[in-house]
Amino acid sequence: MIARLMRQYGTLAATAVVCALLYVIAGVRYEYFFSWRVFFAFFSDNAFLGIAAVGMTFVILSGGIDLSVGAMIGCASIIIATLVEVAGWHPAMAVLCVLVLGTLFGASMGGLIHRFALPPFIVTLAGMFLARGVGFVVHQESISIEHQFYPAILDLPAGLARAAHLSDDAAQLVGLFVQPTAVVFLLVLAVGIYLAHMTRFGRNTYAVGGSEDSALLMGLPVGRTKVQVYALSGFCSALAGAVYTLYTFSGNPTAGTMLELDAIAAVVIGGTLLTGGVGYVAGTLLGVLIFGIIQTAINFDGSLSSWWTRIAIGFLLLIFILLQRLLQRTLGNAST
Amino acid sequence: MSKTPVTSSRAPVPRIVWPIIALALVLGFNLLFTHGFCQIEVRDGRLYGSLIDIIDRAGPVMLVSIGMTLVIATAGIDLSVGAVMAIAGAVAAGLVAQPDYSVLSNFDVGGSFVIAAVAALLISAIAGAGNGTLVAICGVQPIVATLILMVAGRGVAQLLTSGQIITFENESFAYLGNGFLLALPVTVSIVLVVFIIVSLLTRKTALGLFVEAVGGNPVASRHAGLRSGAVKIAVYTVCGLLAGLAGLIAAADIKAADANNAGLYIELDAILAVVIGGTALTGGRFSLAGSIIGALLIQALTTTILSRGVPVEYTLVVKGAVVIAVCLLQAERFRSMFLHVVRRRT
Repeated sequence: MIARLMRQYGTLAATAVVCALLYVIAGVRYEYFFSWRVFFAFFSDNAFLGIAAVGMTFVILSGGIDLSVGAMIGCASIIIATLVEVAGWHPAMAVLCVLVLGTLFGASMGGLIHRFALPPFIVTLAGMFLARGVGFVVHQESISIEHQFYPAILDLPAGLARAAHLSDDAAQLVGLFVQPTAVVFLLVLAVGIYLAHMTRFGRNTYAVGGSEDSALLMGLPVGRTKVQVYALSGFCSALAGAVYTLYTFSGNPTAGTMLELDAIAAVVIGGTLLTGGVGYVAGTLLGVLIFGIIQTAINFDGSLSSWWTRIAIGFLLLIFILLQRLLQRTLGNAST
Repeated sequence: MSKTPVTSSRAPVPRIVWPIIALALVLGFNLLFTHGFCQIEVRDGRLYGSLIDIIDRAGPVMLVSIGMTLVIATAGIDLSVGAVMAIAGAVAAGLVAQPDYSVLSNFDVGGSFVIAAVAALLISAIAGAGNGTLVAICGVQPIVATLILMVAGRGVAQLLTSGQIITFENESFAYLGNGFLLALPVTVSIVLVVFIIVSLLTRKTALGLFVEAVGGNPVASRHAGLRSGAVKIAVYTVCGLLAGLAGLIAAADIKAADANNAGLYIELDAILAVVIGGTALTGGRFSLAGSIIGALLIQALTTTILSRGVPVEYTLVVKGAVVIAVCLLQAERFRSMFLHVVRRRT
């Protein structure tokens, strides 16, 4: 029983412990690290990475991989910026349009992967080239977004707090801490957890990732699930692109370069196995938080250069993967 | 192009035919429509021209894809080759140039390129062996094991260069990138020598069979008495070594080590070249010549797009479209579906 629990939640627990340890160590070392402001910034600063990582979690759970998410963020952000600033669309319409495009894009990649039995790695790689290329074709440089809608959204939490008859000070605090980007991230996360663990789609995803042949023999809709998974990832990365525009008030065709790697790393650190079928969406949140903590700690330190982030993440990845292997081996032996 | 599957429906064609057809199409297109594309000039006993240029530029990708072919043949993958290239370039340039800001200035090699190059190649091989150990002994999935070095490696390279671009003035080092041997760019000879050595080793000895056996069925090959772990470590080491060599060439080409951009995305191009060349990502069979042709195809495509005056921003779109087209051509299911449609019409 304990072995089973350990195997099910072991890596998740290890990730949570490492996440908490890193937070405490950084908090003890650096003054002001324990402030609420820094804590909330973990969510708003990493919102677009997190949203993309939630979509990536589903793809990896199904046994696939999606290399196009970073390029999709750049592509989505520049399309939104162009539609708003050049074509004069309302931002809400532009975002809606991009979300539909992203979903269709993901779905067509999933369709290719399933229909022609092509390797996901290659198809999504081509998707990455296409998305990045389309981004550059739309506009080659970054465009800043001046539309009034954007500051209005950022002021929304404070406005709501005032409408709820909170005092001015409290409303200001709410405005400071509750960033719309973080709210979107947490919403996507909640929906992701719901989809993964409480819907038929989620069960199908786990089944397909665990063993595609068995899933097929059980009569599960393997093809439909695969297309849905990639469509979901496309939707998430397009949404991440929209959040990027909200975060930077601009669209940039080079946004999200190499972000697919960070997303995959966050998913793996979160305890999801790249072979598919095993993992938790909640683990991905921890993976993203670990990213955020390391990055913020390095910023706080000031004497460490930014490349230490990558080295630290690489080192953590190594530790986690070895730990996962160890857990699997010892528990696998114990239970048989 | 669309009719080729029909003629091939009876006798099975070797997979290498598809990339050759694609390459011939790209080159044929240029022969017809791009003025002066196939002209080769002789200046000072050296050959110049677009075709030579394609082979020269494709050098690093060809080298990396040779190593990648072996790794993929064992049902693995190596994502870290770009990062290894950056590390190799940084080590060699740092040792040769000895800039004050770099930690490498603590190791004085007297400006000798040979020592610097050997050190860089050694480190690359060790990095590859590390990947191989993770895969073979720790049993980590190849994509994850090499992801670690892919993420951390570029950071290490930046650590070595202190985040700066190390430039160097060393004739023998620069020769590697810009020199000529037997009227051709020296890169061509390097690729040729490596290709011949690896081909002989894999086709004239049992090593190639070992690699295919490990990729085809690891359990069966172990029961047959094959030390699959050793084979895996060996192929990852070779892949790291060749990535290091490619890193030296890339650094020599610009006479500088740029930790940020050296070999960026080359792992993707190399994997693409291998897949286009007919080696399946599932392992088992491999074709070194196919990978070389795949690498040439990618470079020919890029050069074509550039010399056609197509705006640079379309390069990636065209590349993506061609990748999907080539993959579909190779996909069994697509071909059979296509045949079905054609037969029904006639």
